[in-house]
Amino acid sequence: MKKKKCIAMLLAGGQGTRLFALTNSVAKPAVSFGAKYRIIDFPLSNCTNSGIDTVGVLTQYQPLILNEYVGNGEPWDLDRSYGGVHTLPPYQAKHGGEWYKGTANAIYQNLHFLNEYDSEHVLILSGDHIYKMDYSKMLAEHIAHDADCTIAVIDVPADEASRFGIMDYAKDKHITSFEEKPKNPKSNHASMGIYIFKKDVLVRELIADEADKSSVNDFGKNVIPKMLAAKCKMYAYQFDGYWKDVGTVTSLWEANMDLLGDKPVLDLDDSLFKIYSRNQPLPPSYIGETGKFINSIMTTGCEIYGTVINSVIGEGVTVKEGAVIENSIVMQGTVIGRNVKISYGMIDENVVINDDAVIGDEQSSKDKIALIGREDVVEKSAVIRSGEIVERSAK
Amino acid sequence: MKTLGIIFGNIHDKDIAELTAVRSLASIPFGGRFRLIDFALSNMVNSGITKVGVITQTNYQSLMDHVSNGKHWDLSRKNGGLIMLPPYGNGDTKPIETGFDEIRSIRSFISHSDEEYVVMSDCDNVCNINLADVVQSHIDNHADITIVVRNKELTNNKPRTIIETDEHNRVVKVINTDKASGEKTVFANIIAMNRKFLLGLIDSAAENNYNSFKRDIFAKNTNKFRIFAYMQTGYFANVDSLSNYYKHSLELLNKDIRDELFYRDGANIYTKVRDSAPCKIASTAAVTNSLIADGCVIEGEVKNSILFRGVKVAKGAKITNSIIFQDTVIGENSTLNCVIADKLVNILDGRMLSGHETHPYYLAKNSII
Repeated sequence: MKKKKCIAMLLAGGQGTRLFALTNSVAKPAVSFGAKYRIIDFPLSNCTNSGIDTVGVLTQYQPLILNEYVGNGEPWDLDRSYGGVHTLPPYQAKHGGEWYKGTANAIYQNLHFLNEYDSEHVLILSGDHIYKMDYSKMLAEHIAHDADCTIAVIDVPADEASRFGIMDYAKDKHITSFEEKPKNPKSNHASMGIYIFKKDVLVRELIADEADKSSVNDFGKNVIPKMLAAKCKMYAYQFDGYWKDVGTVTSLWEANMDLLGDKPVLDLDDSLFKIYSRNQPLPPSYIGETGKFINSIMTTGCEIYGTVINSVIGEGVTVKEGAVIENSIVMQGTVIGRNVKISYGMIDENVVINDDAVIGDEQSSKDKIALIGREDVVEKSAVIRSGEIVERSAK
Repeated sequence: MKTLGIIFGNIHDKDIAELTAVRSLASIPFGGRFRLIDFALSNMVNSGITKVGVITQTNYQSLMDHVSNGKHWDLSRKNGGLIMLPPYGNGDTKPIETGFDEIRSIRSFISHSDEEYVVMSDCDNVCNINLADVVQSHIDNHADITIVVRNKELTNNKPRTIIETDEHNRVVKVINTDKASGEKTVFANIIAMNRKFLLGLIDSAAENNYNSFKRDIFAKNTNKFRIFAYMQTGYFANVDSLSNYYKHSLELLNKDIRDELFYRDGANIYTKVRDSAPCKIASTAAVTNSLIADGCVIEGEVKNSILFRGVKVAKGAKITNSIIFQDTVIGENSTLNCVIADKLVNILDGRMLSGHETHPYYLAKNSII
C-alpha cells in the first residue's frame, strides 16, 4: 500500500465535567451542537475537507454513543478500504492494560496504529472545539519549514490568555517559548491543541516521555516544553478563523448562538466546506398555523406549533401550541409541551417537558442557564430556576 | 421469503411532461427533500428486500446521480443491492411501451437472480407500505399473482384499471377504462409474483400474445391464474399530472398524512443526504403552515408552501401555496402564489407570479424571471 502523507489522531476521551448533565452518559465530543451536529463532526469534517482520510478516534469516557455515532465513518466519507476512521479505546494486552493517563499517553498506547500506517506526519486533534480549518494548509507550512512539530495558534483576548498554552514565536514563525496556562502570559498566541508532528519524531518523543516517571504524559505540560528545551524545530501556524472551546455550558451556548443572525459569526452554509453529520431520515420541518419561528435555526423532522425566538432547535423536536422558547438550545428528539416557557435553557436530547412547565426566570442569562439532562421528564407545571441543573438519577 | 425488487423508473414520464423534461419520473422532487423513487426504494428496503433493480429508459442522469450506488438506502451491498438497468442497446428496435415490455427486456437479470419472489413497483406511488405483508398474503393465498389495490374516488377521465374481487379477495374481473366514475377499487401499480412464475409469463408471452400486465395478463386470465388483491388502506398518492403533483405535495402540510407517510411503525423514507446546514429563519421572516428543508434561508413571508433544500427567500418576498425546488432564489419583494418553481430558478426582485390551485404556474429549471 502507498504510504499516507499524514494521518490524524483525534483525542475524544474527555469527560467534559464542566458540561455537567450533558456529559453524564456521553463523551464531550458526542454532545449535540447547532441543530444537526455533534461536536466531533467538526474535526472529522475538517479532516475530510483537508484530504486526510485516516483518523484514529481515541475514546475512553462513556464511549458507546460516540462509537455508534462515528460507526464506519460513512457520513464523513471516511469509510475507506485502506485508512478511514478507527475508534481506538484503551485495551487489555498480555501484560495487562491501563486507562489513557494523559493526551500523550493515549497516543503512546496506540503507537502500533501509527506504525501500521507509518505516515510521514501525524496530526493530533482534540474533540472539543468548534471550528472550520483546512489542515492541509497547516501541513504545507509544516513541510515547508521542515518542522519537527507545528502547533496551531490563535490570538485570544489578553485577559483569557492564562487559560491556554501560550507561546511566542519569531518572524519566521519558529517558536521561542511555550508556557501551559501561565499566570503572566507573555503574548496572546494561544495553542489550539492542534499539532502536526513528523511521525518519527512523535514516536521518539512519546517513548521518551513514557520513560520519564515524573511526566504526567500530557502534550502541553510535558512533550512540547521538553521538545522546545531540546531545541527541536518547532513552528507556529497562525489561524485566524472562528474557533471556540465549548468546554462549559456558557461557551457551548455562545457557540450555538454564533450560528444565528443575518451574518452569523460561524457560517456553516458553505458548499465548498461542508460540515458532515449522521442524521435520521426525517421529512423537512413543519411550522404550523400557530407557529412562530424567529431568528432561529432547525433541521429536519421538527414540528413547530409554538413560538421560538433566538434559539437552536435539534432534529425531530416538537414544540406544542402556546410554548415560548427564547435564547435556548433544544437538542434532538425533545418534546416541549403546551404553554411551556423556556428562557436561557439548554435542553438535552429526548427530554419530555410536560405542559405549563416554566424553565428559567427573570435572573436568566447566558451565565445562568437552566440545564435539563438527557431523557429527563419535566413534570407538568414544574418550575425550574435559572442556573438549575436537572438530571435523571444516575443509573 | 427472499424477494427481488424491481422499480419502473420511467414508466409514466409523459404524464408530467413539465417536470420530466430534465429528469425521469423517478427523480421528480417531492416533499421538500425527497424524490419520487425514494418511496418505492424505501418501501422495499423497509420490507427486508436487499436487491432492487431499477429499470430506466431515458433521461436517467438525474436518477443515477440521485441513487448512486444505493448507499443512502442501505443498498450498497456485496450481494444484490441496487442495480441500475438502463436499456440494453442490441439493435433490437422493438419499442418498449408497457411495464411488461420492460420486464421482458430484463429477463436475464430476473433469471440470474435467486430470490423466490418478485415485487414490481411503479416509481410514482407515494405511500409507505409493508411489502413483506403483501408477499406474505401472496403466499397465504397460494396466489399466482398478487396485485396491490386501493379505493379511490374517480373524477377525471384518466385510464384506470378497476378491480373486482370475490369475498376471498380473489380477483374476478379486471376492467381497463377511462370512463369510470365514483368510488372504485383500482390497481395501485404494485405486483408480487413467484420469480419462476414471472419467468414463465415472459417465456410464454409470444404464444399467448402477452404485451401488458393490465390489458393481457390480468384482464384475460382471472380464471386461468389465481390473482389476488391486497388492499392498501394507508395514504396513497399517485402522481400522474402536474395538478395532482401540486395537490398531493400540499397534502403533506397535513400532520396525519405526514405521520402516515414518514413515520409508519418506524419505517422511514430514505433519501440522498446533502449535508446542508440547518435552515435559518430570520427575524424579518414569517413562516406558517409550511415545510422547510435544511439549507433554506428565509427572510420573507412563507405560507402554505413547501421549500426544498437550499431555497433563499429575501426580505419582503411573499410566497403562498407554492412549491419551491432546491436552490431556487426568490428576490426582495417578489410575490408568488400557486407556483411550482423547479431547481435553480432565479426570481429577481419585485416579481409577481401567480397560478391557480387547479393550474399551478410552473417555472422551468434554471429559468430567470
